[in-house]
Amino acid sequence: MVRYFIKKLITLVVLLLLVSITVFSVLYVLPGDPAQIILGLNATEETLANLRAELGLDRSFWVQYLGWIGDILSGKGSWSINYDMPVYDLILSRLAVTGPLALMAMLIGIVISVPLGIYAARHQNRPGDMIVMFFTQLGLATPEFWLGILLILLFAVKLGLFSAGGFPGWSVDVWGSLKALLLPAFALGVIRASILTRLTRSSMLDVLREDYVRTARAKGLRERSVVYVHALKNALVPVLTILGLQLGQLLAGAIIIENVYYLPGLGRLVFQAIGQRDLPVVREIVLFMAAAVIIVNFLVDMAYASIDPRIRLE
Amino acid sequence: MEENLLEIEDLSVHFHTPEGIGRAVDHVSLSIAKGETLGLVGESGCGKSVTSLSILGLIPSPPGRIHSGHIYFDGKDLRSMGENALRHVRGRDISMIFQEPMTSLNPVLPIGRQVAEPLMVHHRISRQAALEEAVQWLNRVKIPAPEKRLHEYPHQLSGGMRQRVMIAMAMVCRPRLLIADEPTTALDVSIQSQILSLMEGLRHETGMSLLLITHDLGVVAQMAKRVVVMYAGQVVEVAGLQDLFERPFHPYTQGLLKSIPRLGSRAAGKKERLKEIKGTVPSLLDPVSGCKFADRCPRVFDVCRERQPELEAIRDGQQARCWKTQFSERSGRYA
Ligand SMILES: Nc1ncnc2c1ncn2[C@@H]1O[C@H](COP(=O)(O)OP(=O)(O)O)[C@@H](O)[C@H]1O
Ligand SMILES: [Mg+2]
Repeated sequence: MVRYFIKKLITLVVLLLLVSITVFSVLYVLPGDPAQIILGLNATEETLANLRAELGLDRSFWVQYLGWIGDILSGKGSWSINYDMPVYDLILSRLAVTGPLALMAMLIGIVISVPLGIYAARHQNRPGDMIVMFFTQLGLATPEFWLGILLILLFAVKLGLFSAGGFPGWSVDVWGSLKALLLPAFALGVIRASILTRLTRSSMLDVLREDYVRTARAKGLRERSVVYVHALKNALVPVLTILGLQLGQLLAGAIIIENVYYLPGLGRLVFQAIGQRDLPVVREIVLFMAAAVIIVNFLVDMAYASIDPRIRLE
Repeated sequence: MEENLLEIEDLSVHFHTPEGIGRAVDHVSLSIAKGETLGLVGESGCGKSVTSLSILGLIPSPPGRIHSGHIYFDGKDLRSMGENALRHVRGRDISMIFQEPMTSLNPVLPIGRQVAEPLMVHHRISRQAALEEAVQWLNRVKIPAPEKRLHEYPHQLSGGMRQRVMIAMAMVCRPRLLIADEPTTALDVSIQSQILSLMEGLRHETGMSLLLITHDLGVVAQMAKRVVVMYAGQVVEVAGLQDLFERPFHPYTQGLLKSIPRLGSRAAGKKERLKEIKGTVPSLLDPVSGCKFADRCPRVFDVCRERQPELEAIRDGQQARCWKTQFSERSGRYA
């Protein structure tokens, strides 16, 4: 386990380093001069040059990169051009929306997909399974924003049960904030659930055919223990792997869904920051999201090992 | 005659596949007396496993289904039992061990737990007590350092050790019938005989009956007193061990015996074990009107392709499904 952990930890660090270089260089070569954006189109060549020097934009790529990464690691971070405040604070305040949103979406996705996938596998090719397969196919073909809009039309406009968007803020209204996240989280979660249900189903089908499941039955175990202990523990291994990868798509989905629901989250922030050419904000949010995906996948690897002794005891 | 512990009467099992109905087990009858070891032999695919799985209702369904027949255990019809009642027979009165000890143990659960589980469900004892008993059983199947093994996982054991674990797991509730489906096929030759003598020892000690399934007549010779030979889903011969080896009746049985590799040529013979019987098993999908062995039979005659022979007595304790029983060597016509 220790060796496995160290191996994965090294991979984690290397990946984070590569991602940071990639993020930095992509935004480095992208057109758009931050100095120009700050000073506007009427600025003289001289003032522009001064500001560039002040921001360090005239220095070489590696010097700039190292300065940036040094700032991030020391906890200072960059300064938002547009909001005129530390990007760190900005991310933190927006994370209070996106974090719970992603978490709720994931929970909704898991709570729907795991039982449904098991059910479908146990009723393979029977009507229940076919209905599940039909709706998950539908879910796979549905764009998140469209489902988001549909939910607004139904629950907010028609039934008036939810507000059509916006976010009161946790300090103002906890229940209202939770409610504001519910529809978008559902839209995101249901789409995730489609993939996860199908995955759980096929993984469970594979496992239910295994010899050790037959052994479990031959021992006289209850069908419940056969399915939920002997089979499920094995079936979850591949599901867990995909779960980690799904987080990346979830964050991408959040960018869109936050715009549909006017939620002041990371996705909306990065969307606006791109429009405003607020480079430091874009850079750090993209890095943050990439790091989140990498770290979650590291945690998934650890969970994976805790389930499967063949990995843990290698 | 001794009382029969298990009686299978006229069992037929069908697999409903897209290609058609596969008659994997076709009117099979057999019985096992208390304390007896019955050998069930035949080429792979002839329905040995399906027959044994039907006993405990473990046929994968769909596609499999018991079409007809009865299975009596200790006088009770297992087929008419509800799933819940049958569950109490599994692992307590009748246990099974399988061919592949690696895939038959759950890779993500510790060995101790897997061995202790039958005790926890059938005897309703605490996990601690069950684990203590599991240690004793691991000890009895000669697994070194059993306390340590409790917390290990199947992949940490060798094939032979895994099969010992399977045996311990099958034995913890002291079953009255142990079904061993090719228990040594996947093991090294040197370990095979250890596992066989372990099972024989346990059978002797506990007085249980043993249904030993194998395609290896050498294994049968070492273990069984009575043998049932299957071919293409049917019983083609039943015989005592001595009769089987000295005067096999069915041409298929004779072919099987000829194909046993002699001692010394073991390694060479392993691959071409059944090469001497020419041809292949007929498809179980299309019903055959004559004898299923006709196409491969060295002594085939017209009637063999027209009508199916019944299982007929030849002498006390020996039966065969062959037209030779009717038109015997005496007449000189079919010999
Ligand atoms: N899951 C299954 N689906 C379809 N057919 C099966 C299945 N399992 C077994 N069969 C059929 O039953 C026949 C007998 O199989 P089996 O009892 O496993 O043979 P063996 O004598 O080698 O143990 C096979 O030839 C196959 O046609
Ligand atoms: Mg078999």
